[in-house]
Amino acid sequence: MEKFSRIVSTAVPLPNEDVDTDQIIPARFLKATSREGFGDNLFRDWRYNNDNTAKADFVLNNPTYSGQVLVAGRNFGCGSSREHAAWALFDYGFRVVVSSFFADIFKGNALGNGLLPVQVSDEYLAALIAAVKADPETEVTVELQAQTISFNGNEASFEVNAYKKECMLNGYDDIDYLVSIKDEIEAFEASAITI
Amino acid sequence: MAKTLFDKVWDAHVVKQLEGNIDVLYIDRHLIHEVTSPQAFAELENRNLPLFRKDQMVATPDHNVPTENQHLPIKDALSKHQVDTLIENCEKFNVELYGLGHPFQGIVHVIGPELGVTLPGRTMVCGDSHTSTHGAFGAIAFGIGTSQVAQVMASQCLLQTRPKTMRITVNGELPTGVLAKDIILYIIAQLTAAGGTGYFVEYAGSAIESLSMEARMTICNMSIEMGARGGMIAPDQTTFDYIEGREFAPQGEEFEKAVAYWKTLKTDEGASFDKEYTYEAADIAPMITYGTNPGMGIKISGNVPDKLGEGSQDSFRKSLDYMGFNPGESLLGKEVNWVFIGSCTNSRIEDLRIVADYVKGKRKADGVNAMIVPGSKQVEKQAIAEGLDKVLTEAGFVLREPGCSACLGMNEDKVPAGEYCVSTSNRNFEGRQGPGARTLLASPLVAAITAVEGKIVDISKHLN
Repeated sequence: MEKFSRIVSTAVPLPNEDVDTDQIIPARFLKATSREGFGDNLFRDWRYNNDNTAKADFVLNNPTYSGQVLVAGRNFGCGSSREHAAWALFDYGFRVVVSSFFADIFKGNALGNGLLPVQVSDEYLAALIAAVKADPETEVTVELQAQTISFNGNEASFEVNAYKKECMLNGYDDIDYLVSIKDEIEAFEASAITI
Repeated sequence: MAKTLFDKVWDAHVVKQLEGNIDVLYIDRHLIHEVTSPQAFAELENRNLPLFRKDQMVATPDHNVPTENQHLPIKDALSKHQVDTLIENCEKFNVELYGLGHPFQGIVHVIGPELGVTLPGRTMVCGDSHTSTHGAFGAIAFGIGTSQVAQVMASQCLLQTRPKTMRITVNGELPTGVLAKDIILYIIAQLTAAGGTGYFVEYAGSAIESLSMEARMTICNMSIEMGARGGMIAPDQTTFDYIEGREFAPQGEEFEKAVAYWKTLKTDEGASFDKEYTYEAADIAPMITYGTNPGMGIKISGNVPDKLGEGSQDSFRKSLDYMGFNPGESLLGKEVNWVFIGSCTNSRIEDLRIVADYVKGKRKADGVNAMIVPGSKQVEKQAIAEGLDKVLTEAGFVLREPGCSACLGMNEDKVPAGEYCVSTSNRNFEGRQGPGARTLLASPLVAAITAVEGKIVDISKHLN
């Protein structure tokens, strides 16, 4: 996993609520057997017409907005457990998603792939969206070590699990740790209920 | 100390606790399919790691398989490559695979229970959010991402923070024509699509206890649609009777021993939950969704709300625009051209029986495409043995071969843009059943009646 410490970037506003992972990456694009290239189909049906021309009114096609921070409405990432959603956002170039609420499985998938979910209050989210819309050059700063996000001097703190934070700061994956405790897992198996 | 059902099962699987409130959770059974496993197998190979417990895995292709002519090579090259990759990986890592044509093949969440792989007290995962289905047996079962699929392959464990607990009690007797699907759509409409996020749910109460295993699975299946990682129901005699004699279930004396243990798997008197909700079965009516998330459900004879109680009105309007509905209107009389009966929510034998029982001697309306996709080869076989295939065919329904099919439209089974589909599946997201498709979630009974009438009707006037 790519290390994450600090991001300073402009942001892309997507205020829609309940953005589900079928919108982030529709099922028909899940046929690949590798992790790469999903960014091309990120938000496919919101981003492109059926004839593959770009939909001018979708924010990713609006040259006014760009950056590594996606600012999204509440309950982002609900629905399917497809990790491809986190891969697609990362592959496209996002490193942070800011929202006032995240779906569980998406949040875990994002944290495991170097994509930081930053949960803020509804008020802070509304202020951030308003600021980015008023001035698309607005820079957002996210510090993982300090667990802070700020724009225009408006700072907020966010929560992140201490273990996940260490993993992201250092680029560690859970699998490294789990494989290292194999003996303990085997001991557990020997003592566990075996039905 | 009094414990919940969830606590009992979770605590029995904690290998160790780490700082930061993280548990190393042991996973008893791991289900895999073709879509979310290839990158996990690749990760094992890249890291040169062996598969830790291959005998605790069950593999089957379901998401991406055609539902016609399964004996022929898959036409779509990408789908074929993905299904072939599953076959190659299972051969390479020596994992038991129920491939196309195998008598055990089917949707992972249908075959786990019917094979007796799903048992009370077990922990189960799959790279699929509807893994919550298996909670109907009193198992802790939840969906995971592909990185976690690799972790379970490598260690049979996951690092998990313990979720909060919620109990949803439904008391009383269900009105006529109200099925398990209506119960869960009603609950999600009350709690919203995010109302269960961060929680593991236990469903309880006399209305839940009265349900068959198939119906309980429908309820637990859709727990994720309110954001909950999983849902559980305490095992009881209905559960034990369902399990007894199944392929991989404990047999004879082992079964008796297991039942004695399973009987302890219930929430103790006085155990507390982080949140509790109670509903009366009498208040629940046949349901249908009008919007683009499963929380946007109404009684079928009710009206689309004028606005959302909470949340963004922009998102609400965008959703209604997509569906082609107006705030405040009734859906009764709306023409429907597609009916899909299938998916891990409602493709079990009981669902097919409900449909066949209603359509027997009737005929679907002209212009309706009525597709019925059994959840597994075993369901298909049973349906044929009972003659349901003939009843359905005579009524103008097309009985397909098992798979996830038009629930998510990964294969050819898609609903055209702009068309309405009354579907027994679990998600009405934009484009879920095909780009531009408009999905209305409902029970198999509502779906069957809609197919016959060709429009949305107040089903209370149409019951046999």
